[in-house]
Amino acid sequence: MVTIEIDGKPYQAEPNTMLIDVADANGIDIPRFCYHKKLSVAASCRMCLVEVEKAPKPLPACATPVSEGMKVFTRSTKALTAQKAVMEFLLINHPLDCPICDQGGECELQDVAVGYGKDLSRYHDAKRVVFDKNIGPLIATEMTRCIHCTRCVRFAAEIAGVQELGATGRGEHMLIGTYVEKNVASELSGNIIDLCPVGALTAKPSRFSARAWELQQHDGIAPHDALGSNLHFHIRRNQLIRVVPKENEAINEVWLSDRDRFSYQAITAKDRLTQPMIKKDGNWQTTDWETALAFATDGLKAVIAKQQAQAIGTLASPTATVEELYLLQKLTRGIGSPNIDHRLRQIDFSDQDNAPLYPALGCAIADVENSDVTLIIGSHLRKEQPLLNHRLRKATLQGNKVVLVNPVDYEFNYPIAAKMIVPPSDLVNALASIAHALSKNRPKKILSKETNALLAKINFNDAHKAIADQLAAHDQRFTILLGNLATSHPQFALIRAFAGIIAQLTGAQIGYLPEAANSAGAWLAGMLPHRQAAGEKANTVGYDAEAMLAQGLAGYILLGLEPELDCYDGVIALQTLQQAEFVVAITAYHTPTMESYANVLLPMATFAETSGTYINCEGKWQSFSGAISPMGEARPAWKILRVLGNLFDIKGFNYVSSEEVRNELRTLVGDKTVNNHLQWQLPEHLSNEQIKGLQRITEMSIYTTDSLVRRAPALQNTVDAQIATGAHLNIHTANALKLNGHQQVEVMQGDNRATLAVVLDERVPDNCVLLYAGQTATMTLGAWDGTISVTGVSA
Amino acid sequence: MLAQQKRPATSLATEDCAEIDRWIARYPADQKQSAVMAALRIVQDSNGGWLTTELMDAIADYLEIPPVAVYEVATFYSMYEHKPVGKHKVCVCTNISCQLRGSDEIVDHFKQKLGVGLGETTPDNQFTLKEVECLGACAGAPVIQIGRQYHEHLTPEKIDEILATLATS
Repeated sequence: MVTIEIDGKPYQAEPNTMLIDVADANGIDIPRFCYHKKLSVAASCRMCLVEVEKAPKPLPACATPVSEGMKVFTRSTKALTAQKAVMEFLLINHPLDCPICDQGGECELQDVAVGYGKDLSRYHDAKRVVFDKNIGPLIATEMTRCIHCTRCVRFAAEIAGVQELGATGRGEHMLIGTYVEKNVASELSGNIIDLCPVGALTAKPSRFSARAWELQQHDGIAPHDALGSNLHFHIRRNQLIRVVPKENEAINEVWLSDRDRFSYQAITAKDRLTQPMIKKDGNWQTTDWETALAFATDGLKAVIAKQQAQAIGTLASPTATVEELYLLQKLTRGIGSPNIDHRLRQIDFSDQDNAPLYPALGCAIADVENSDVTLIIGSHLRKEQPLLNHRLRKATLQGNKVVLVNPVDYEFNYPIAAKMIVPPSDLVNALASIAHALSKNRPKKILSKETNALLAKINFNDAHKAIADQLAAHDQRFTILLGNLATSHPQFALIRAFAGIIAQLTGAQIGYLPEAANSAGAWLAGMLPHRQAAGEKANTVGYDAEAMLAQGLAGYILLGLEPELDCYDGVIALQTLQQAEFVVAITAYHTPTMESYANVLLPMATFAETSGTYINCEGKWQSFSGAISPMGEARPAWKILRVLGNLFDIKGFNYVSSEEVRNELRTLVGDKTVNNHLQWQLPEHLSNEQIKGLQRITEMSIYTTDSLVRRAPALQNTVDAQIATGAHLNIHTANALKLNGHQQVEVMQGDNRATLAVVLDERVPDNCVLLYAGQTATMTLGAWDGTISVTGVSA
Repeated sequence: MLAQQKRPATSLATEDCAEIDRWIARYPADQKQSAVMAALRIVQDSNGGWLTTELMDAIADYLEIPPVAVYEVATFYSMYEHKPVGKHKVCVCTNISCQLRGSDEIVDHFKQKLGVGLGETTPDNQFTLKEVECLGACAGAPVIQIGRQYHEHLTPEKIDEILATLATS
């Protein structure tokens, strides 16, 4: 530690810390534009000039390391004169359009100009004008306002990992932009809006819609990926204007993914359901809550009377809150049905009894950075959990390694130490071969006799050995992460088993990359057919999500999902629901498809309109309160479920607040912790059957994961959303299918068909077709796996 | 069929690549981007003195750097051209030393003789007149550069001689 003096007071600091960091840590204000604590030092704006004793000229605090005995003056005449002069230069070319600028009122340039600038400018000549470029649907540009701090340029290169922005030209002619007109494609791009200290980059969807001083700030939790990023809602007169990140170093640092930032647009989507609706004598009519709830209860009671309670099935989206899910399973079990699930995109449930308490990362989110080697199995992590991927990017930049086993050669924004790209049908065998290769240099006794016997039957080649070699070092911290493409795999249990064997051989820690914001919460809340709240074994094991839809029950309760888009097999889901006698849909939206199967539509509040709790992938409970009141007659789903519970005369449904529901579950969970040490069952031998024909690979793309993102127009216009359409296959497969010259193909899966644009995509392995789920174009095709055929459509 | 575009449409000439490789070899193996300035010059020369976005993309691909990193360098330095130029590029220095030694007169004379303004090209595509910053030859001010050649201590008469020589070359 060294002792330095700032403005006459002594401070302790680590040697070589930059002066500005020491000042920030001690609450001493130094103005700045280009400096940002998460970015490299540019020292280009010169706003942070301070006087340092014995230095002939003022020094930039952001690029001056501290040393013993240094005496710094931030408010001396010399410092103030320098700051005033810099401010005057920065304002030379800055337009005086603050009254029409979205940044006005929350502008660093305004604030610093008032605090450190002069009250008038001596510059009287013409100001430079810069023509704007369209860089996509998320970010509005007004580049005349740019002061060349290069924060956005550094963000793109250093954080997003894709250098898309640059400074072209020089001197007065320097421009920040993409040079050629193109959309910025990063899944984290919205952060440059926050980084921009002026109004050059502002949020396009909320442009010109409010002034900063009219906005009220309200805390919230992002409802999409499993991180539960902390955010602020900015609200004006009960209208959600925009979403910005709330700093939480342990979760989202200072960032927010574009999905979390812009999905709020869906709250005011055109097809929002704002009044309860019932289908009476085949006709839909809007009604009041009392009638609708009575109608729902009577309908379900009629089903139970006719058949029995087991004829009711309940499905919920894992984006629902803990409180909602806990009450929903309590309601369903109270009625007497064990058919409860939220695992809409899973198909292999064979080892569900061996599953941990909930799918957990197995370590703190920030701790992912400390894993020396991370093996990712079946995940397009960059798009599934953008900010978790950012942690791994940071890790690889420090020299840590990431190894992939994936069905598609997804692009990552950091170097990958080794990867194996195999079609879904080969995934289990590939993992088994890697495990066998790994076991060669290990004592036999690590694994059970049966496991060794099974591995002995499996061949491995140099490619498997290369992966195994990356995983082999003993002294390293090693993590295995199972992604969405593993969870939704038809042999998920075996993937999990071999991941477990690899973990056993290497001492790795196993982690899950849960699919949604509250996947972990859904497990803890008991939204499962085999486990009640807090992971207690269910007395009667009900149908899982897949069986519930395949069996065709008489009555269904749906919470916050669009089954045709959200389920593994949308075709069967829709058919089954249409044939059901009575379907209660608690939903925020109202679609023609819903009308085709539901009998009651109960309007529920969205994430910003309700109080609740999400449990993220590290097991952290994050509660929030409603930021705006629900639209129209919509009500928080926990209140709807409470009334339904009362109408069914189920005991213990007299909650007065969502906190009470949460606390009840909290007490049940007590001090139970998740244990990711896997248990698994292995078959005697693995099938070596080769799939004949084309294999379907299905990915839930970043902007179709749930009802909210599907309704956010800004997100739907991004590069990522546009990529995730059509039938993707590589050139060899396309040539083999004689698709040359065809724009469109007809894809056939069993009796199901869809016509899709054909996209040549080098990332897809041979004899496979990558399709994207969650969209109407592919909805008609059915299950996410299996063989399909593709023929060119003549134009 | 829609191809997911990753590789640029234009690729570099084989002989250009060979020359760029010689420059790449001068830098550490993991610092290919250091050859960007040389690569831009080589490609510009073989493309008749100017660069297109496609060629810059091809350089980015060849050096394995993002295209915008090439655009940044190519727009920063004044010797890279982004529009077609004449056979002879006349670069007139108008910085302080040359200005004190009469560069205004030099510029005017060129304008009059060539019939074009600064930054313009003659209709026969023979000459482009360009104002540049200091050429680092103040002792010989006023100075111009044509191609790789410096011409110093200029007078209108000397300019006529130079233009006459170039016109016949």
